[in-house]
Amino acid sequence: MNSRRPPFAGGRWEHVVGWLFVIPALVMYGAFVLLPLLMSVQYSFVRWNGFGPMTWVGLDNYIRVLEDPDLLGTIFNSLRLVVFFSFIPVSLGLVIASIMHRTATGRYGALARTVLFLPQVIPLVAAGIIWGRLLSLPGLVNEILRAIGLDDVTRAWLGDFDWALPAVGFIGVWVLLGFCTVLLSTAMTKLDPSLFESARIDGASWFTEFIRITVPLLRNEIGVCLTVTVIAALAAFDIVYVSTAGGPGNSTAVPGIQIYILAFTEQRIGPASALAVMLTALVLIVILPFQRLNREA
Amino acid sequence: MKRSFYLIFSALAVFAMFMAVARTPKAVAQDAIDCGTEPITLRGYFETGFDLPFRLAEEFTKQYPNVTWDISQDQFANLINATPRLLSGDNPPDLIRLPTMVSFANQGLLKNLDEYAEAFGWNDWPVPQLNQNRVAEDGTRGSGSLYAMGLNYSLTGIFYNRDQAAQIGMTEPPTTLAEFEALLAAAKEAGLLPIMQWGSAQSGMGLAFPLQALMASVGSVDPINNWIFQKPGATIDTPENLVAAQHLADWISNGYFPEDINAIEYTDANARFSEGEGVFIFNGDWQNAAYDATMSGNVGFFVMPSAEEGGSPAAMSAPLTFGIAANAVNADCAAFFFNWVGTNEVARQIGVDVGGSNPGGPSGLPMPAVAEGSITNETLAAGSVIGEAGTSMDFIANATSAIFAQGWTPELQKMVGGRQDAAGLLQTVQAEYERQLSE
Repeated sequence: MNSRRPPFAGGRWEHVVGWLFVIPALVMYGAFVLLPLLMSVQYSFVRWNGFGPMTWVGLDNYIRVLEDPDLLGTIFNSLRLVVFFSFIPVSLGLVIASIMHRTATGRYGALARTVLFLPQVIPLVAAGIIWGRLLSLPGLVNEILRAIGLDDVTRAWLGDFDWALPAVGFIGVWVLLGFCTVLLSTAMTKLDPSLFESARIDGASWFTEFIRITVPLLRNEIGVCLTVTVIAALAAFDIVYVSTAGGPGNSTAVPGIQIYILAFTEQRIGPASALAVMLTALVLIVILPFQRLNREA
Repeated sequence: MKRSFYLIFSALAVFAMFMAVARTPKAVAQDAIDCGTEPITLRGYFETGFDLPFRLAEEFTKQYPNVTWDISQDQFANLINATPRLLSGDNPPDLIRLPTMVSFANQGLLKNLDEYAEAFGWNDWPVPQLNQNRVAEDGTRGSGSLYAMGLNYSLTGIFYNRDQAAQIGMTEPPTTLAEFEALLAAAKEAGLLPIMQWGSAQSGMGLAFPLQALMASVGSVDPINNWIFQKPGATIDTPENLVAAQHLADWISNGYFPEDINAIEYTDANARFSEGEGVFIFNGDWQNAAYDATMSGNVGFFVMPSAEEGGSPAAMSAPLTFGIAANAVNADCAAFFFNWVGTNEVARQIGVDVGGSNPGGPSGLPMPAVAEGSITNETLAAGSVIGEAGTSMDFIANATSAIFAQGWTPELQKMVGGRQDAAGLLQTVQAEYERQLSE
């Protein structure tokens, strides 16, 4: 039964070469992304300290996570972080990009973009340490507040139960605003100028222009920004670990921190993996609507 | 055929060697436990920021030139997380700084040092030195087989700024808790910060120091040690500890600590204390060299006085614990190093000069000389008072590997934020302790 021929007659060699190009990347991806992912799922069903024997415990680890208010609380904290890491940078980035598009073209626009993008170049750990200093009671932020007479609002921002999470979120805004602005303003330069011209001839204000033309046409890019920043919020670890380590009293604890403590300090790989799997699922659930936004555009 | 011959031959050879070792009298075994004369590389895993082990390693090589070192280092918090993987890895360290040790001993990751203790005579050293590093067969600490050694034995207590103490009329250290609290009130009255302390989650909540000092001041040290050593039925939620925790809650509400304590890191607290912020700070003698350097002559030390008139003071005193991995290649040499640290004159001098703490070792050896005017004179003197009274404790943050991160730190931070009271603090930490032990 040799009647079936390869799909690309004579193209077999190309087929092989194609695979040869893909294989190195595929092997790396498999070994460092897919395999660990599958192993995490496996670990989430066992009781294990990281090196001894594993015991199968079924769904126990998931039940433990769901029953522990401290662990569940971390998920709510990370949802609150979404506001700071995602909604504020994306909406503010849109406004800034739109203003720059209209007013600051040429050299000043490039300069503004560079300044806004700078935080992206600084490692998150360094940003966390620097902001930790700036936001401390004797730090620069409070010094400025005192200088303008706002002595009453000064506080140890990262050590205050009500303000620690917004303060961490503010660091996130600082880091991610530049990314969103640069991405959105680059996309704006590709929009057809005649659209804006005709709008202006019709007497459209900046705001109308923004709502009616800019935002609808940038749906794709906004979707990308939302996707990247929401993942940064839900999977946050470095900024939080360096600036507050989850404190004070778990008020800034996010799943990333608890996974780290569970796995390495407590040597409970099972619950740590269960929380990690749940976090992955949560990220996917939150992200999927944005992908739809992209596709429809 | 040839292959199986070799197998049988080597099996016989191993058997013969085993018999030879088993028959060797102990006196001969002692001669054998050293670093030999062949070149040997000891793999060390030390804590960043603490010079002592590095300086000891340097001196050891000076005296035993065939020994070189391959030393890695890490921060304390990372050390806690990395230790199980390092110990169970393919190339485990010969010498490792152990943040906690019970679980590692129970998991068979640490070498049992009983044989070495016998050979070197460590069992005759003063009892408190070794018993914190003993783990019994039921997995509790405080007695049983030896699994780690201390490079020195640190002492915690209360450091004070001499100028500011004089300002509030303190001519000599308080002898009762009431006297100490009167001084705190006087400091507050004088517009000074009574106590500088750190409290960020990154550093670990420093209020655990005054809390434990209060526990031992109000009650006795035994129930506290039982809890740390994970004795069956031990609880931290006792009536005495409730009184202690209430004192701490009062100190917080009286404004005795800095208002931003929840955001203060360990290094910042010490820097601010050195700059004159805070009359007192609860800390350990590992900080001596730094205090000598930054506030030379202006720093004093005392241990927490008892709540009762004439009662013994008590202190948290813990070995700078190092262990040998169960599969370490150079275990004998590492054990020889432990013995050298406690008995060699130069090593003991380094222990005092660099570490600021009691170098331990046999009771007959003289204490190395300390520079005049150094705060180390006061901590060593206080240490011998505690040693005689037998009122030393390990640290409540070391009861389990995660009790600090998951129990004391968040709950004490909540207490500062007015979201936890004394009774709730002890109940929550006890529940967390029981949860962790049940895992």
